[in-house]
Amino acid sequence: MSLAEPAALPVAASVPPRLHMLKRFSHRFKASLPAYLLLLPSLVFLALFTYGAMGRVIIDALYQRATPKAPLRFVGLDNISGVLADPAFTGAVVNSLVYAVGTAIPSIALALLFALALARTNAVTSALRAALFLPVLIPMVAASALFLFIFLPNVGLLDYYIGRVLPVLPNWLGDPDIALYAIMIITVWKNAGYYMLFFLAGLQSVPEDVMEAAHLDGAGPFMRLRYIILPELKPTFLFVIVIATLNAVTQVDHVFVMTKGGPSNATNLVLFYIYQQAVEHYDIGKASAATLLTLAALMSLTALSFRTMANREGGR
Amino acid sequence: MTFIDRLLKNAPLATRREITPKLGFALTVLLALVWLIPFLWMGVATLRPASDGINLMAELMPSLRPTLDNVRDAWEIGDFPRYFINTTIICSGILLVQFVTITLAGFAFARLDFAGKTPIFYLFLMQLMLVPVLLIVPNLRIVAQFGLYDTLTGVMMPFFASAFGTFLMRQAFEAIPTELEDAALIDGASLLQRIRHIYVPLSLPSFSAFAIISVTSHWNDFLWPLMVINSPDKRPLTVGLSVFTATAEGTQAWGTIAAGTLMVIAPLLITFLIFQKRFISSFVTSGIK
Repeated sequence: MSLAEPAALPVAASVPPRLHMLKRFSHRFKASLPAYLLLLPSLVFLALFTYGAMGRVIIDALYQRATPKAPLRFVGLDNISGVLADPAFTGAVVNSLVYAVGTAIPSIALALLFALALARTNAVTSALRAALFLPVLIPMVAASALFLFIFLPNVGLLDYYIGRVLPVLPNWLGDPDIALYAIMIITVWKNAGYYMLFFLAGLQSVPEDVMEAAHLDGAGPFMRLRYIILPELKPTFLFVIVIATLNAVTQVDHVFVMTKGGPSNATNLVLFYIYQQAVEHYDIGKASAATLLTLAALMSLTALSFRTMANREGGR
Repeated sequence: MTFIDRLLKNAPLATRREITPKLGFALTVLLALVWLIPFLWMGVATLRPASDGINLMAELMPSLRPTLDNVRDAWEIGDFPRYFINTTIICSGILLVQFVTITLAGFAFARLDFAGKTPIFYLFLMQLMLVPVLLIVPNLRIVAQFGLYDTLTGVMMPFFASAFGTFLMRQAFEAIPTELEDAALIDGASLLQRIRHIYVPLSLPSFSAFAIISVTSHWNDFLWPLMVINSPDKRPLTVGLSVFTATAEGTQAWGTIAAGTLMVIAPLLITFLIFQKRFISSFVTSGIK
């Protein structure tokens, strides 16, 4: 439907300019009213749980009450510097970075391999795709329940089978040097099949005639991958890297079920730290400061990558 | 959406011929089998009798005397029917409200011209970047202020508006020819009637794609319901499973843990195996879960 405005409004010449503008404005508003009413239900919930929540985080990070009944007191950057000085938080940041890089790279590499191998569709490849995609569908909590047994010392799946070959096995979830890598395995297992889909979609944009020409010119599979396919997949890479980073920061269910951040904070990730501060220590100020810092980091990262993406698109 | 249609068919001929070196394919087959091992163990362990003992628990060869004892035990220890009902209520409640909000907002962005359209559009866009999972602490306080702590409504409420769904519907509505609507307009159909009788029926594929994404993600949600829900009888499947696992782990009842996990993931897995193509194309469309 088109609620096109009339080109000119019948405004009397004697009307002062201010009133004229007001009338124009009110007319524009009236014409927009149906749209506002349609947007209202969404905007109410966005205002509450996205923008309201964002405002709340900022206020909770900057102000504090001495007691529940006391008035709000501005504490400035105290909470933020408090969080930054907390070794548990800086440890969680380092863990999250290791975790993000260490899960993103292998899962993206595997996803690319899977997509290249399964680009052709037949009964075999669709069965393989389904097998690789299954972990994406199950709750992280369920995956953790299964991997709890897989990592169980001595009798667990890993030790039962690998133990026949290797004499000395690590305590997968109990050793602070290894536990973080152990939970990273779950993430790679769970996400590689998801990223595979985007590479499968991205492969569709590889121009056939260029591939054909390269083939005729005698370029081998490796050359074609290196000089045609990978450059063509650049936007997909960027997109998947953003999603992988977001996933790394927002998926912590396995930490809850398997390690509770331990042993000795070795698997404490930023989101788990926020949860601990808020729910276990009732320290809303610290939790909010940590949330604010994490959001700022994530948002600048996504903005940066989307800008790179937009520049690339524009440059074509 | 044309690339999605093609996605499930074939990569272009020349690409196909060149990018599947045999070694890479063999490696992928091997890894796909490795990927299935946790599922395989779950199935085998669920059917394994307790008399096999802990030392055979990891054996991937199925027991020759399969039993449903583990399923029965899991069913009795955990309140799985209750968890299942709660999760169903949460997912369908969220989805129903979302259908209303995204249809209306999607239509406004697709077909109406109004003052402040661009800034309001950015307001929606920002929701995609302000990762909801990170806003759990303030959202918990907001939900509590509404008196909705420990209620299923409290679990659902933050997801009632969906920027992703709005964009999806906007795209679907924009693809519908305006002539259809003009005809209805001449017949005197109101705005809501036109949405209801023209736009909604013609956009069912987009609705089903959105439904798949929405239900999958909320079916699997854990942290948020964990924080909102306190009463055991209001737990969704994920929270129920985590409590169940923690209890059973203490008694080393791995067979029942496998059975409980199977019960939690079976509904979605079965739906997936039936509607595989639908699922895969929805996930590609979404990008953002």
